[in-house]
Amino acid sequence: MLTDEVLYHFKNPQHQGSIEDAEIVASVVNPACGDTLKVYVKLDGDRITDAKYKIYGCAAAVAASSVVTGMLIGKTLSEIESIKREQVSDALGGLSPTHAHTAVLAEDAVKAILRTQREKS
Amino acid sequence: MRLIYLDHNATTPVRPEVLEAMLPYLREHYGNASSLHTFGRTARKAVEEARGRLAHLIHAEPDDLVFTGCGSEADSMALKGVAFANRRHGSHLVTTNVEHQAVLDTCRYLAERFGFEVTYLPVDAAGLLRLDDLRQALRPDTILVSIMHANNEVGVIQPLDACADVVRDFSQQIGRRVYLHSDCVQSLGKLPIDVRRLDVDLLTFSGHKLYAPKGVGALYVREATVMDALINGGHQELNRRGGTENVAGIVALGAACALAEAEMGAEARRLAALRDRLEAGILGAIPEARVNGDAAPRLPNTLNLSIAGVDGESLLINLDLEGIAVSTGSACSSGSVEPSHVLRAMGVDKEYIRGSVRLSLGHGTSAADVDATLEVMTRVVERMRQLSPQWEDARALR
Repeated sequence: MLTDEVLYHFKNPQHQGSIEDAEIVASVVNPACGDTLKVYVKLDGDRITDAKYKIYGCAAAVAASSVVTGMLIGKTLSEIESIKREQVSDALGGLSPTHAHTAVLAEDAVKAILRTQREKS
Repeated sequence: MRLIYLDHNATTPVRPEVLEAMLPYLREHYGNASSLHTFGRTARKAVEEARGRLAHLIHAEPDDLVFTGCGSEADSMALKGVAFANRRHGSHLVTTNVEHQAVLDTCRYLAERFGFEVTYLPVDAAGLLRLDDLRQALRPDTILVSIMHANNEVGVIQPLDACADVVRDFSQQIGRRVYLHSDCVQSLGKLPIDVRRLDVDLLTFSGHKLYAPKGVGALYVREATVMDALINGGHQELNRRGGTENVAGIVALGAACALAEAEMGAEARRLAALRDRLEAGILGAIPEARVNGDAAPRLPNTLNLSIAGVDGESLLINLDLEGIAVSTGSACSSGSVEPSHVLRAMGVDKEYIRGSVRLSLGHGTSAADVDATLEVMTRVVERMRQLSPQWEDARALR
């Protein structure tokens, strides 16, 4: 079953698309099901001024992508280190075990952003 | 928002004529069909009339029909009933790996809990079993073969007549009848079924795929078939299925059969034309879309599509938000997409299984519905692909 929150975010997705001149572009894949999330991050110094995403995945994965991308905006790179799967799941009304992996994918995307930035510098 | 229901292989609405026919048996004619008084006799008469209608539709003897609670019960009854009653002849069953879960899970249960051995026949890329495979699977200890008539997911119609010939020839060789069962849940009312010509022993039917309500099914059991009852406990249905008859449901099934018999030919042609129009429209408008099961004879109402670069479940929800109800062969469970066993058996690529949706048309489907669906699908798929990193990367490589 999909939660009302998942359906809400699926219906009203935020931050979908790409950013041409993004400083960071990170892609993560769930190898089990093939869900793919690509996040584009625009930086002003250390602070994320904008973020967008592209997603190939189920409805819960779309909602989790929408939620986690929203969490990035306005935060510094060190601040986003604290974004964990539980927050994403909570924001979606508590994902069922069936859909919990989509919050993992979202957390993986945050880690990938930080890793990409570290590799650049 | 206008709602467009394209999931008739999952269930159908109850047609007004059918509802009209059944309502008196929920209101004033509430008798138990086994009672001897007027209430009971009224119910009995209605049950037997309904039995006659279903019998007429498939050219069977009315006494060869057993009403059940659903199609799955009829499948279960056929498989378990024959398996348990014929064990002295052997414990080998043959089926295909594209059957409905009601058959597959019953086979698994018989194998795991009772030591029956089951051979699952593969299908080719078109979704059809090969008669040679069936021939080779039959053994002296085979007691039952179960082959579905039309597949619920892709609509592919198996060559049941030819299968029956193979099973009959083999039965003659070994001097014992190997029973042949077929799940006809999707084909009843859509394809002609004639048990005078079709040499099968058991056929499964379900009311709610045929514009009757949920909660009623039937099993055709050819005379002299040796089988156990699944539900013991009464003399109903000539001791073949205990339990008080669902009189209103049975009446509804009978009414639906009468409608199907009157309309089947013209309705099948109408649905096939609409389906073909939808199919051609989608293939013309959406690049890298393909049809599953179109290389074989198909149910006239069923269109199973695979669309590269989109997730089937997301497409389903997107269409639902636009008022269009379809189903998908890719359902997400515990982090792994559980792909359709039917599409897998047909050898469809993983990505194309992931992007599969089934559109199944029905009595209420109009040309306007088809055109609206085509417009919405084209738009939604385009939007989803723009958002798909996979699609973007795949395009970049070309």
